[in-house]
Amino acid sequence: MKAIAARLGNQPWLLSFLGALAVWLATILFTEGKGAGDVITAALSFSTFTVIVGIGQMFVITTGPGNVDLSIPSTIALAGGVAMKIMGGEDGLIWLGLLACVGSGLAVGAFNYALIRILKIPPIIATLSSSLIVMSVAISYGRGLQIKPPPSFADFTTAQIAGFPLLSICAILFAIVMAVILQRTVYGRAALAIGQNMRAAHLAGVKVERTRCITYLMSAAFAGLCGALLAGFSGGNALNMGEEYLLATIAVVVIGGTSVAGGRANVPGIWGAALFLYLLVTMLNTYGASAGVRLVLTGLIIIAMITLAGGDKPSR
Amino acid sequence: MTDAALPSPAREQSAFYRDPKLLRRALPAVSLAAVLIAIFLLNDRAMSYRGLDLMLKYAVPIAFATIGQMFILTVNDLDLSIGAFVGLVACIAGIWMVDEPLLCLLILAGCVASYAAIGALIHVRRLPSIVVTLGMSFVWLGIAIILMPTPGGTVPEWLKSLMSWKAPIIPFPIIACVIIGLLAHVLLMESSYGAVLRGAGGNATAVDRAGWSLLKIRMLMYALAGFFGVLSGLSLIGLTTSPDAHIADRYTLLSIAGVILGGGEFVGGRVSPIGAVIGAVTLTLTGSFLIFMRISPDWQIGAQGAVLIVVLALRALIKLREAR
Repeated sequence: MKAIAARLGNQPWLLSFLGALAVWLATILFTEGKGAGDVITAALSFSTFTVIVGIGQMFVITTGPGNVDLSIPSTIALAGGVAMKIMGGEDGLIWLGLLACVGSGLAVGAFNYALIRILKIPPIIATLSSSLIVMSVAISYGRGLQIKPPPSFADFTTAQIAGFPLLSICAILFAIVMAVILQRTVYGRAALAIGQNMRAAHLAGVKVERTRCITYLMSAAFAGLCGALLAGFSGGNALNMGEEYLLATIAVVVIGGTSVAGGRANVPGIWGAALFLYLLVTMLNTYGASAGVRLVLTGLIIIAMITLAGGDKPSR
Repeated sequence: MTDAALPSPAREQSAFYRDPKLLRRALPAVSLAAVLIAIFLLNDRAMSYRGLDLMLKYAVPIAFATIGQMFILTVNDLDLSIGAFVGLVACIAGIWMVDEPLLCLLILAGCVASYAAIGALIHVRRLPSIVVTLGMSFVWLGIAIILMPTPGGTVPEWLKSLMSWKAPIIPFPIIACVIIGLLAHVLLMESSYGAVLRGAGGNATAVDRAGWSLLKIRMLMYALAGFFGVLSGLSLIGLTTSPDAHIADRYTLLSIAGVILGGGEFVGGRVSPIGAVIGAVTLTLTGSFLIFMRISPDWQIGAQGAVLIVVLALRALIKLREAR
């Protein structure tokens, strides 16, 4: 029994799932069980988007201190606009729109990495400055107009199988694939190794720059994909669509048990933390908290969670 | 050796050539001059007391916020909450400054103290500043929205008249920016404790072993950031008629960009207060430049990003020369 407890205690993702469960119970206690299933369905659908971008952010953060992608919100806004404009509301062009959103994500990622590599700009500043430019491109490209998604694309993003969102099933499969990539592929192991010690990884023959390049491309591509899906899900693109995902991605990565100092990552925790964050807001809504109170409590609980999870204990 | 005998312009040129470090230090000022000259070329009416006064009005609160951010960057942290904090200060001052000035000052002092407490939490628990301050940005914004759900409040007359003061000969924003820059410079660069503070960013272990309390240093730096955030909020509402919670949302990114533009490095406690103020002014002017170029305001934030990248590219080039 003790051994099991110790083993579970070592699973950093457990805390986030327990948190999600606790918040869900607190919510349905208040409603006396009413809408318990609906809350889960909603939590799964909204968490899907956080998970997709969160996993990209997780890989970036894993490659070491100072690595973080701040351009995710702008990329979501741009890619959402590009996808909706190219699809133009026609079912036949969905594939082209999806290709374009991932493509625009890749372009942003390549730009980010070029700034980091060629100009040797610290990643935070590089992704910050590129996010400013990408946002301007998004504003200028979309002219602030909202374009509706094609009917089948909207259906796909909102479809449910017995109360289980189809998109969430895809995102769970996606998370499994990414967990395998993290733990079982050369790329994943290289990303972890770089996060632990870049110089040691380099000396051990890890292709450091190639790994970093893939990481930034991947994060931006996921943000691009998320932009299109989000636009389909919410009935059209909007410029501020990605805003909340800056805090959300960083928060789910940290709460989910990934080390901010890099070198240690956890995919299941991302799902737990995303559910936790969504359910937390739902709970505060059910309790009748105003927008201001909701913001204050969300901020405080995130800080409390990472304080609890502990910062980076000195590894040596 | 023979350079010393040369007439001064040639000597200066060769000094720049021989010493890329000098060039790097001059880069913030050079980029400010470039933007200013471009504006003057586009519109010669901007080159007047009135023109400068108008263009630089909003540089004062941005400069304060940038200096605040600089203190945090000095100890290798990043403050993603300063914009929301400035918005909160604006709301607090808008509600209480006129009716209950003493209470208002007490609350603002409490705000500064909570900044110090955040610094302590980050230090003691070894938390990543990005996550904590990102969380705090929600807290500040939330409190501001609770206090002031819709734009409103009153701005004290003395604050309004101070911010719109028509100083003789030199426009007030320029005077204010110079004072802010010099004040922070003396505080951080010329005082002996300032050297310790910067040292904490450069080599924390060494400063620790020399017997200085790193906890105290971090708390002080965060308190200073909070203090300058308060000044930023006060000067901002002096320029507007009705404060609201979202009034300074852009300041977080602007302040980081300003510090970096001004020659601040991301790690190692290498910052420059005067450079940071110059960076803030440069970013403020980019907006006017776009208006004079008749470029759509859609590109305003993009242009700020582009300026940042261009300056950093130049710095990378200079560094390459240094390495040689």
